[in-house]
Amino acid sequence: MSTAYHVVVCASLVPDPLQTLEPVAGPAGPALKNEAMLPFVLDPWAAHALYEAANLARNRPGTKVWLVSLGPKAKLQQVMMTVAQKAPFEFVPLDGSASGFAEASAVAAALAEGIQGIPGLDRSKLLVFGGWESASRGAGVTMSMVGERLGIIDQFQGVDELKIQDDGSFEVVERLEGGQHQVSRCAGPPALFGWATGHLPEPKNNPQIGMINMRTLLPALQKARAVQLAAAGLSFDTVVLPRQLRETRIVKDRSAEEIAREIIDWISK
Amino acid sequence: METLLFLAATEPDGSLAPSALEALGAARSLAAALGGCSLTVGLQGQSVQTAADRIAGCGATRFLGVVGQDFGSARYASDAAAAEALVRASQATVVVAPGTSRLSRCLPGVAQRTGGQADTHVTALGARENRPFVNRWYYRQRMEAVVQRTQRPWIILVDPGSQPPWDGSTGNTATVEMIELNLPEAARKTSVVGVRAPAADAQTIRPDANLLFVTGAGWTKKQADGQAHVAEAEQIILEFLKRSRASLGSSKSLVDLGGEGQAVLSFLSHLNQIGQTGATPRHPKGLSTCCHGEEPHTVGWRFINERRAISLDPNCGWARGKADVLYVADAFAVMRETNKLLAAKT
Ligand SMILES: Cc1cc2nc3c(=O)[nH]c(=O)nc-3n(C[C@H](O)[C@H](O)[C@H](O)COP(=O)(O)OP(=O)(O)OC[C@H]3O[C@@H](n4cnc5c(N)ncnc54)[C@H](O)[C@@H]3O)c2cc1C
Repeated sequence: MSTAYHVVVCASLVPDPLQTLEPVAGPAGPALKNEAMLPFVLDPWAAHALYEAANLARNRPGTKVWLVSLGPKAKLQQVMMTVAQKAPFEFVPLDGSASGFAEASAVAAALAEGIQGIPGLDRSKLLVFGGWESASRGAGVTMSMVGERLGIIDQFQGVDELKIQDDGSFEVVERLEGGQHQVSRCAGPPALFGWATGHLPEPKNNPQIGMINMRTLLPALQKARAVQLAAAGLSFDTVVLPRQLRETRIVKDRSAEEIAREIIDWISK
Repeated sequence: METLLFLAATEPDGSLAPSALEALGAARSLAAALGGCSLTVGLQGQSVQTAADRIAGCGATRFLGVVGQDFGSARYASDAAAAEALVRASQATVVVAPGTSRLSRCLPGVAQRTGGQADTHVTALGARENRPFVNRWYYRQRMEAVVQRTQRPWIILVDPGSQPPWDGSTGNTATVEMIELNLPEAARKTSVVGVRAPAADAQTIRPDANLLFVTGAGWTKKQADGQAHVAEAEQIILEFLKRSRASLGSSKSLVDLGGEGQAVLSFLSHLNQIGQTGATPRHPKGLSTCCHGEEPHTVGWRFINERRAISLDPNCGWARGKADVLYVADAFAVMRETNKLLAAKT
């Protein structure tokens, strides 16, 4: 018989990457200009974690997926309109800041508390998923701290593959430097996985799944607990945009050979 | 007064990787900037003596080690236990370590265990009025911040390639104080079984290369004759990589085509992807081909110093201040010529 799992996916919200971002000084530290107006998306690597969780649940009857997400309530609702159509899950919203400037350890504390509050969660079946880095803080710190708070010491980061074996153990493939992967074997849950891209394409929107999710999602959002994140001694001296634009020299109407010569001169300098 | 720990994991042969020597250089500069605060070296791995001897002359006042079979492989549970023991034994308030995949996996958890905080992808560090600060990027390299912390221990993971390596004298011997650490059975639930690497000639990701060569979706698009020329694109790109020893990067659109079942370049994977949801490699030069240079792609070029691009579109993103030079030309023709000239050179 195949094992059923309790998969908890932690995924934050980030500004749509096509947006131009500019830092501004806010009352509680740096923030993004017009942050409330920016369109947001589910954090991409964490989104891959959600797709992997959904895939695992499809192949393992009895497996349940929760999505724990910390962000401003209105943004959570906006992003869930599409995310809810991608995969079946139970939503655990936490109403608070999704800022990249928020302290990772404080976010981890909030997420761990959110996970611990899930009724009926079985530690012996627990797989905690998330992205290996966010597109906001880009630190790869939060998930590890969540794991520690939950007492999970089998942790994997940059995961591209998770294969569950017949004996209930799993093979995990993690990214290393220089295009290499490390392969590990873990005896079983609980374990934590910070996902990289994995191998699954983004699922197409499925309005039926969306409707089912929405039944529990909207009430959960209404009841979402407000979370205040501690600064934990972090302060920002400056936050600046990088040195602006280069002076681009545009070369037109030159033969391929001339350009090739110029390129070779340049790369061999 | 801060107490500084330089922390590193040794390589399978007991040596230190270049990224560790870079972090050591950064740790020494920080110690000096902090008014000469004491520096301790902490090493973990199957064996550490070779590494300790290599850096015996670095000015550290203490060398600590956690060694043994249990600590040879990059497993979270044992790596975190070893690093935690080193942080505690050194009573460090600031820990500087290389941001390798191995230490990036375990040190944030160690910060949690020891009541500290961790910063990763640090690109510069220093001190003002005896208080350390670090530079790191937010929102995927879109903005750079200088941050300070009051909570200790503060674990700082330095981005590989961002610092000059320490290259002090060799030929010394270090006395390493070994910390006895018995790994509990629960920490052995995971075992590392191996490393998967592409065959040497199929390895297209070369972190040490002088040039990053980026391919975009244009290589698979219909060309002037109304046809796509994917097989020829493959051949041109592979030949260029072979002759130039460049590292291969790609746009997301091109690697994603593979997942959608279209004809794509067979040697590309998500590991080659540069950008927002890809890598941000460090190379002195980068050449982009058949790629539009949109912001989610070019944020991955943050640490590429000199940038050139070849695109048919004179209004592509590269033209708008993202490249030093944009060649408005057919990349097939230019790269064919480039290969010809490179072949003639050898
Ligand atoms: C959430 C999210 C995350 C993203 N993350 C990333 C990321 O990490 N990395 C990334 O790259 N993108 C990312 N993107 C996608 C990004 O916005 C662009 O869609 C993508 O970079 C476009 O790829 P491209 O330039 O290769 O393809 P296209 O936009 O199709 O451009 C192809 C170019 O090739 C040129 N061309 C065609 N034929 C020739 C020829 N013979 N010679 C010369 N030029 C030719 C064309 O003129 C054109 O400029 C992300 C998008 C989103 C929404």
